[in-house]
Amino acid sequence: MVHPWVNAQHRRRAKVLFSIAVVVVLAALVAGCGGSSGSSSGSASTSSSSGGGNEEATGGEPIKVASVLDETGELEGYGKPMSQAARLAIESINEEGGVLGREVELENLDTRSDPAQTTTVAREVARNPDISMVMGGITSASREAIRPIFDAAEKLYFYPVLYEGGVCDKDTFIQGDTPSQQLEPLLKWAVEHGKNKWYVLAANYNFGQISAEWVETYAKKFGAEIVGGPEFFELTVSDFSSEIPKIQSSGADLIVSLLVGPAQANFYKQWTASGLNKSTTIVSTSFGLGSEQVVLGKSGKGVLSAFPYFEELNTPTNKEFVKKWKEAGYTDTITPGAIADWNAWHLWAEGVEKAGTPEREKVIEALESGVEYTGPEGTVKVDGPTHHVIEPMRLWEDNGEGGFKLIEELTPTAEPTFEQSKCNLIEEPNTNQQFTPSE
Amino acid sequence: MDIAYLISLAVSLLTSVAVLLLLSIGLAVIFGMRGIINLAHGEFVMVGAYAAVRLTQAHVPFALSVLLAGLMVAVLGVVVERLVIRRLYDRPLDCMLATFGLSLILVQVVTMLYGATTPGLGIPLGNIKIGSYTIGMYNLLLIVAAVLAVALVALWLKGTAFGLRARAVATSSGMAAALGTNTSLVDTGTFAVGSAFAGLAGGLLAPFLGVSPSMGQGFIGEVFMTVLVGGGNFLAGTPAAAGILGGTKNILSTNLSPVLGQAGLLLLAMVIVRFLPRGLARGLRA
Repeated sequence: MVHPWVNAQHRRRAKVLFSIAVVVVLAALVAGCGGSSGSSSGSASTSSSSGGGNEEATGGEPIKVASVLDETGELEGYGKPMSQAARLAIESINEEGGVLGREVELENLDTRSDPAQTTTVAREVARNPDISMVMGGITSASREAIRPIFDAAEKLYFYPVLYEGGVCDKDTFIQGDTPSQQLEPLLKWAVEHGKNKWYVLAANYNFGQISAEWVETYAKKFGAEIVGGPEFFELTVSDFSSEIPKIQSSGADLIVSLLVGPAQANFYKQWTASGLNKSTTIVSTSFGLGSEQVVLGKSGKGVLSAFPYFEELNTPTNKEFVKKWKEAGYTDTITPGAIADWNAWHLWAEGVEKAGTPEREKVIEALESGVEYTGPEGTVKVDGPTHHVIEPMRLWEDNGEGGFKLIEELTPTAEPTFEQSKCNLIEEPNTNQQFTPSE
Repeated sequence: MDIAYLISLAVSLLTSVAVLLLLSIGLAVIFGMRGIINLAHGEFVMVGAYAAVRLTQAHVPFALSVLLAGLMVAVLGVVVERLVIRRLYDRPLDCMLATFGLSLILVQVVTMLYGATTPGLGIPLGNIKIGSYTIGMYNLLLIVAAVLAVALVALWLKGTAFGLRARAVATSSGMAAALGTNTSLVDTGTFAVGSAFAGLAGGLLAPFLGVSPSMGQGFIGEVFMTVLVGGGNFLAGTPAAAGILGGTKNILSTNLSPVLGQAGLLLLAMVIVRFLPRGLARGLRA
């Protein structure tokens, strides 16, 4: 075979290819140095057209914060509204003068529903000394993967999603509800309405598994019988044909659903198609977080869900908020996760104002002393010793038209009672573990 | 044992098999005829599902929407084949890479157009009562559709001139060209047929499995297993594979747990491919 560079034509071609390669490599280096993985929304729009000096954050260097969410991929139904809420929250905080007179700069990072990407992004944030606080992680699996990374880097970390409860960590503040706040009042309500034969369906990872343990605990507590399950499903499962006859033959009058994700949402559809939604009630603490009610339409009718917030909440504050959301150009339904995210940013801002500095230890102290915020869902308060939140809890029913109907205000102050019994980070600041019902 | 319970178990098993078969037949045709591994197959199904949903929501009758969805994905298949696949027929690894990139693009385009969550369709046709159990009529329809799909593929392959040429090109494209067949046109057509079945499957399963941009990623693993275990002869092999794998998964899920059902399917696929590397039924390609 003739050597490639034998004649002049080949030499020229090689030179051209080499120059192209050099240009491409240089371009890649420049692009790589420019930003980090994912989109960087720099300083959110400080509309300086408002004229008045006291409307702008002007005093001093901006405070940098990060949001780490799954905005694309399988979990985008959860992550996209949350990241929109984060952007809106930072904008709104900056419009009101920022924090301590300083502008807040949000770095919005997409973890693409990919566990490997989540840890990579978390490590990058942890390595960055300028970031004062990081909010994010959606699934409990990703939270438990990144929490140790932030602990090791001594980064203040907020987790804004409902979960299976029990996390007790000095550097972490949980803005999501625990089983004591959601599952317990929901299941108590069900038993009071005569539903005491339960069939449990759950997603097969830590959230589903530990929450299922909680369901067993509450069954014993309220005198109900678990006639089937807990059955665990991988997040990709969408065909529940094998489950339907089993549920039918179990004689269950209540299905407790801890299903997560768009694939598992097909259970509700297949259940409705079997006609048995008329005789069995479904309750869930995860239904609606990913706007399942929108996707299911009439197939979701009658599912009961316990959350502090859905977009249909009929208060003047919320109506204002929904208007603001739409004016920002967001068309996605406002999910409970989006509001939890919104609340969390405001609680953190309050904490920094109270501490007088964004420095982590002082902010933790300020938050532990009791900080509260009143927003679209009502009043949310940080529970100092447990680092959880005390907030309203409401019972909703899917109205079959892509939305929810408020059934009952369960309580204005749902407290994380299990966590309060196990976790006191003020007196024992070195605690760092997740408590589960089996311990 | 309660006969009604047995019937409902049987329907549930046949439904699982039918769903797997519907999802796999398109990919099996393309893989069996031309050895192409289309990693965007799940997204082709997803595009078909979205097409059917949007058309039905625009008041097109559901059956027509499904057929149109098949047609639209066939057109997509033609475009993809002409632009991408035709350069990669003898480069299977590069083909996988290219179609993987295509799958990412399709997911994001659909997300940009329709958002992360979109209202889906309810499952039509209601249900019938058997004893104290109910069976969804749509499940029965899916079972019939799966059988019809295989029959249609057989009809195309054995009963049309196009099918004859496709078989010729699959067996020996050089010889077919020498005998006057426009092999590149036949290749495009074969890919289009496989894509059409992907689109039809998407449309039919849209009410049952729900639509989301990343829905393809949930079942593509099992579909691949089914196609590879089935082997090149997709008329015999793919239904057999769907039956064995889907059936095993359903039985294990029902009697043990869904996790073990999934694991069982994958384990069985591994065992079969280990002992029958060419799959259950060898095809036309050498």
